[in-house]
Amino acid sequence: MSARVGTVVKHHLFWPLAALVALLVACTIKRPAFLRVSVLDDHLFGAPIDILRNSAPLLLVALGMTLVIATRGIDLSVGAVVAIAGAVALTFIASSPDPDSLGTVVGAIFVALGLCLVLGVWNGFLVSVLGIQPIIATLILMTAGRGIAMLITGGMITTVNSPPFKTLGSGFWLGLPVAALVAYGVFVVVAVVVRRTALGMLLEAVGINPAASRLSGVRARTLVWTVYAASGLFAGLAGLIFASNTMAADANNAGLFIELDAILAVVIGGTALSGGKFNLSGTLAGVLVITTLSLTVTVLGVSPLVTPLFKALVVIAVTLLQSPALRARLRRRRPGSPAPRVEQPAENPAQEVHA
Amino acid sequence: MDVAIAQRPVRLDRRYLPVVGTLVVLGLMLTVGGTRYDNFLSPAVLSNLLINNAHLLVLAVGMTFVILTGGIDLSVGAVLALSSVVTASLLQAGWPAAVVLPLAVLVGSVIGLAMGVMVHVFGVQPFVATLAGMFFARGLCFLIAPESIPIRDEAFVSLASLSLYSGPWRVTAGVLVALVVVALAWWVLHLTQLGRTVYAIGGSEQSALLMGLHVARTKVLVYVISGTCAGIAGLQFAMFSRSGYALTGVAMELDAIAAVVIGGTLLTGGTGFVLGSALGVLVLGLIQTIITFEGTLSSWWTKIVIGVLLLVFVVLQRALSLRKT
Repeated sequence: MSARVGTVVKHHLFWPLAALVALLVACTIKRPAFLRVSVLDDHLFGAPIDILRNSAPLLLVALGMTLVIATRGIDLSVGAVVAIAGAVALTFIASSPDPDSLGTVVGAIFVALGLCLVLGVWNGFLVSVLGIQPIIATLILMTAGRGIAMLITGGMITTVNSPPFKTLGSGFWLGLPVAALVAYGVFVVVAVVVRRTALGMLLEAVGINPAASRLSGVRARTLVWTVYAASGLFAGLAGLIFASNTMAADANNAGLFIELDAILAVVIGGTALSGGKFNLSGTLAGVLVITTLSLTVTVLGVSPLVTPLFKALVVIAVTLLQSPALRARLRRRRPGSPAPRVEQPAENPAQEVHA
Repeated sequence: MDVAIAQRPVRLDRRYLPVVGTLVVLGLMLTVGGTRYDNFLSPAVLSNLLINNAHLLVLAVGMTFVILTGGIDLSVGAVLALSSVVTASLLQAGWPAAVVLPLAVLVGSVIGLAMGVMVHVFGVQPFVATLAGMFFARGLCFLIAPESIPIRDEAFVSLASLSLYSGPWRVTAGVLVALVVVALAWWVLHLTQLGRTVYAIGGSEQSALLMGLHVARTKVLVYVISGTCAGIAGLQFAMFSRSGYALTGVAMELDAIAAVVIGGTLLTGGTGFVLGSALGVLVLGLIQTIITFEGTLSSWWTKIVIGVLLLVFVVLQRALSLRKT
């Protein structure tokens, strides 16, 4: 039984979910009706729904980031891509003769996503063809990207008024926020594609040993190229949701630090930055922890400016708890763990069964 | 033996090639600027180049140490802000400058130490550990003071306004500090055991360990050095702006990393020079100066030009390292 408790604690989702539950409990203590969901104006309403909707952009970005990290890479440019997507879409809508028409909005979305795909392909080209380290290859676009977004908006914050575009960020469908439906829909599709086909395993193979996977016939270059393209595309989608939420393209602040939040979400979810094994469920848990954390800070009445401090504490706690070094150290100090169990059988574990 | 002798001069050339490249770019920019604009090569402009980038120079020095071991430090911008906020708020509370200055630098060292311990003892990835450090420092800034604090302490202000003139050239206390830090870093990296260990870890941590070098101590120490440098840079920035503000230095770690990369240091560690990083800082500063002189170009071109320059250097380095193998 103690072994079973051990496996639960050791499961990669245990600590992120524990953090999530702790945050929700803290909120509920402060505000008892926190978890209540009610129906208002034909759609669901309440803090859990807010968490779902607010988590949409981060989930999309973190999804792409997980795939990139699985191949031993990293994509620092996603924040800049978010800004570019918003800038392109809103500039397109603002300059069209009929901003209210569905056709314009669909066109804007296609143009923006197309450009973001190209940016992702560019990152993939630098990493997979030229063989530049992912961190610098994407640093280039991270630095230049916001400049490009400024170039597109002409240095101003472009605002538009287009009801169809607004639906993407703040609309509801079947009582649920459209943004959340889009993000979670993409997440499920990608999870199914990656886990129900060999794709996920191939990505892990590339991450664990690129040379060996190439020698055994995995097309490492194409796979790596694809994940960066996907990361760019998902970041673009996240950028559209951001822009639609505020109906403004702010080249300086849209998606600022989202790459860091996404990397945190991936790390909290138990995927190592060194590549290889990845778990999308962990990333989802990490995204929910980070989104809930921002809400918790507001609910607890702390200035939202101090949020980074709490983020740091959560990251430090979760990464230290997941660190093999700390686990090994704790195991050595604690009697009744694997090694000594052979010598003193069944005494302690038996008590735990009844407890 | 013969082969080693025959290869030696070529290999030496190659090691210095990225730095030579940076130097060429710097020379080109100075020539282009000098021919295009009047007064571009005047002592006042060049003095200001150093004065405006003194803090970045110190940040890049610390970053070089970390990157040489194959790590990265994302926290330096936030630690710079924290150090300047601590300085400003303690001076406002009436503490004497003689106590506040070392304390502010110490704040940086302590955060660096904590990150170093996380990286080495607990095996946390440098990227994640310093990311946590960045969030921690930034959050602490806002906890101490959400708005900008002006510095009016007399001793500090007189130190900040200290300027040495040599003809038309001007040097501030911040610049002097930066030059001393660069010289010290050069000495440590090239003439001490610690410096050799830093290069050895970047080359191969396993080999360094097997050679009996102090890998653990050095790996923690580079983060302490980087944190200390960020603390010093925070002081310089407080002198430069005569205030402490929680939002200073946002994304400054990227400038520092860009300067190090442009200066010819490989992010995989093991190769690079601190003087190259210093040249990288000057290149970044010159881009800003040229765009200011151009006048019609908007400020966002700075970011695009830095991005393009990074690309050129990275591709160049890649081509060089491909030819080597």
